[in-house]
Amino acid sequence: MEFFLQLLVNGVCVGLLYGISAMGFVMIFKSSSVLNFAHGELLALGAFFFLSLVTWAQLPVFVAFILTLIGCFILGFLIERFFLRPLIGEKLIFVIMLTVGLAAMFKGLILLIWGGNLYTYPEFLPPTMGLQFGAIYIAPVYSATLAISVIFLVLFGLFFKKSAQGIYMRSVADNQKAALSLGVHVRRVFALSWAIAALVASMSGIVLGIINGVNVHDLSSIGLKVFPVVILGGLDSIGGAIIGGIIIGLLETFTGGYLSPSLRDVVPYIVLVFILMVKPYGLFGLVEIERV
Amino acid sequence: MKKLSFHPCGNYRETYKQELNIFETDFGRLWLFVFLALLFFVAPFVISPYMLYILNTIGIAAIAAIELNILIGYTGQISLGHGAFFGVGAYAAAILATRLGLGFYIAIPAAGIITALVGMIFGIPSGRLKGLYLTIATLAGQFIIEYVLIQWDSLTKGTMGITLPPPQIMNWQIAGDKSFFFLIFVSLVLMTWFAVNIIRSKYGRAFIAIRDNDRAAEGMGIPIFKYKLLSFGISSFYAGFAGALWAYYMVSITTEPFNLGLSVEYIAMVIIGGMGNIPGAIFGATFITLLNEFLRFFTGVLMNVPAIASWGLNMAPLREFVFGLAIVLFILIEPKGLAEIWRIIRSSFRLWPFSY
Repeated sequence: MEFFLQLLVNGVCVGLLYGISAMGFVMIFKSSSVLNFAHGELLALGAFFFLSLVTWAQLPVFVAFILTLIGCFILGFLIERFFLRPLIGEKLIFVIMLTVGLAAMFKGLILLIWGGNLYTYPEFLPPTMGLQFGAIYIAPVYSATLAISVIFLVLFGLFFKKSAQGIYMRSVADNQKAALSLGVHVRRVFALSWAIAALVASMSGIVLGIINGVNVHDLSSIGLKVFPVVILGGLDSIGGAIIGGIIIGLLETFTGGYLSPSLRDVVPYIVLVFILMVKPYGLFGLVEIERV
Repeated sequence: MKKLSFHPCGNYRETYKQELNIFETDFGRLWLFVFLALLFFVAPFVISPYMLYILNTIGIAAIAAIELNILIGYTGQISLGHGAFFGVGAYAAAILATRLGLGFYIAIPAAGIITALVGMIFGIPSGRLKGLYLTIATLAGQFIIEYVLIQWDSLTKGTMGITLPPPQIMNWQIAGDKSFFFLIFVSLVLMTWFAVNIIRSKYGRAFIAIRDNDRAAEGMGIPIFKYKLLSFGISSFYAGFAGALWAYYMVSITTEPFNLGLSVEYIAMVIIGGMGNIPGAIFGATFITLLNEFLRFFTGVLMNVPAIASWGLNMAPLREFVFGLAIVLFILIEPKGLAEIWRIIRSSFRLWPFSY
C-alpha cells in the first residue's frame, strides 16, 4: 500500500513536470498550429542559460531566474521572426522539418558550448518546502513544481480569458483569416506566442534541471515525451496538457514500479497509438469534423 | 527510327501518352544511358575503395529516400518512423539469413515484404488521421519498434547484434565493396525504374490526388484509405529492402543506428533533394551522405589541430549543428530542393543568352 501511494505521489509529480513542459508546446500549437519538435531543446537552452548565470556568473538565484526568462522570451521572439515567419502558409512538412532542423542546430550548439555532461545546480530550495504526509514524503522540488504549475495555470487562464492579447491569440487560433480581417495583428500574435512558449519552456527546463540534473540528451528526450501528453490532453488545451501530463506520469511510474523499468519509456507511446486510434482529438481537444 | 529531339519551346503535347513520357527529349534518355554505362562499367574499376564505400552508402540511402519520397512527396503523408522500418528490414534479413539459412536473393525481398506489413500496421491510423496526427502516430511507431528490437532478445539478440553470412549466389560470393556495388546499384536502378513507373500509373495519380486535396479525391471516388495504406506499404517495402541491403553490406548489425535521427536524416534527404521528384531523392541522398562524410572528415581534422584540441573543445557536435543548418537553409531558401536548382541550371543553359 505504501509502495502504491509513493508511486502515486511520484507519478503525479513527474506528470506535473510533463504537464508544464507541454504547456509551452500547446501555446505554440494553439496560436499558430506549428508542431514544435525543438521544444526539448528550448527546455535545455533555458536550463543551461540558468546554469551559466548561477555557476559561472555567480548571480543570485532570483536574478538569474528572471534574466533567463527574459533571455528566452527574446530568443523565442527571434526564432519566430527569422525562421517561422517566412513559412507562414507553407506546407505542414516544411514547418515540421524546420523545427526538426532547429532542434538539431540547438542541440549541436548546446553540445558545443556546454558539452554532454550532467551538471547540477547548487542547492537553493529551502528544505522546509518539503512536505511529509505520514509515510509519504514530497521533496521540496516537487512541491515547488506543484506551486509553479498551479501559478502558471491560473496566470495563463486569466491571460487567455481576460487580457486583450490573450483574446487575440485565441481568435487567431480559432480562425486565422477571420481574425486578420477583424484587425488582429496576426504576426504579432505568432511572435508573442513563441516568446511566451520559450519563456515557459525555459522555466520548466530549470525545474527539470533541479530535479534530474542538466543534461542535453535527457532534456531533449522530454521534448519528445510531450507528444503523448498533448495528444492525450488535446493538442490545443492548456488544462488538458496538465491533466494529460499527470496521466502519462502515473502510467510511467506504475509500469516502472509494477511491470518492468524498461517498459517505462515506451508505455507513453503505446498509449499514444491507442488514443490516436480511439479518440484522436484527446480528452479536451477541439474536434474537427470533415465530411465528404 | 525516332530522331533525337531538343526541348520544344513551348508545350506542344497533343496526346495523353506524350504527357506521360518519362524523358522529355531523346537527349535526356541518351545521357541517362551514358551515365549508367559510366556508372557500371567505369566507376567501380577506377575509383578508390573509400569512394566506392561512399557510393554504396549513397546507393542504399537513395533507395530509402525514393521510398520516402513516394510517401511524403507524392502521397503527402509524413512519416517519422522510417528509420525504424529500415531497421525492421535489416533485422528481418538478418534473422531470415541466420535462422532459416535463406539466400540473400530470397531474404532481401522477403525482408521488404515483412517491413511492408509492419509499415501497413502503422499506416492504419491514417484511415482516421491526417497531417500532423499521422506524423505523431508514426513517431510513436518509431519508439515502439525500437523498443521491440532491443527487448525481443530471443529473436533479435538485443544489444548484442547479429552477424550475417556473406551473400552467395551459386558459387559466387558477394563480398567486398566492388561486388556489393553491383548488387546495390542494380537494385537501385530497378527500384528507381519501378518507382518512376508507379507514379505514372493509376496508383501514382491517386497518390498525387490524395496529396493535393484528400477530400476532393474522395469525392471523385478514390478510396483514400486503401491508397494511403498502399503508399505506406510500398514505401515500407523500399525501406525494408534498403535496410536488408544495408545489413548485408555492414555484415553485423545492432539496434543502435535505427533511431529517430535516421528517420530525420531520410526526411532531410527528401526535402533537400526535392519533394515529389524521384531524381531529387537521389540528389538528396547523395548530398546528405556526402555532407555526413565531409563533416566526419572535417571534425576529425579539427580535433587534430593542436590549438583547438588544447581548448578541450569537442568538435563532434558541429556535425549535428551543420546538419540542422542545412535543413533549415534549404527550407527557407529553396524549398523545392536540389532538383529545382538542377532544373534552373539546365534551363539557364538552354535559354542562354535570353534568360526568359
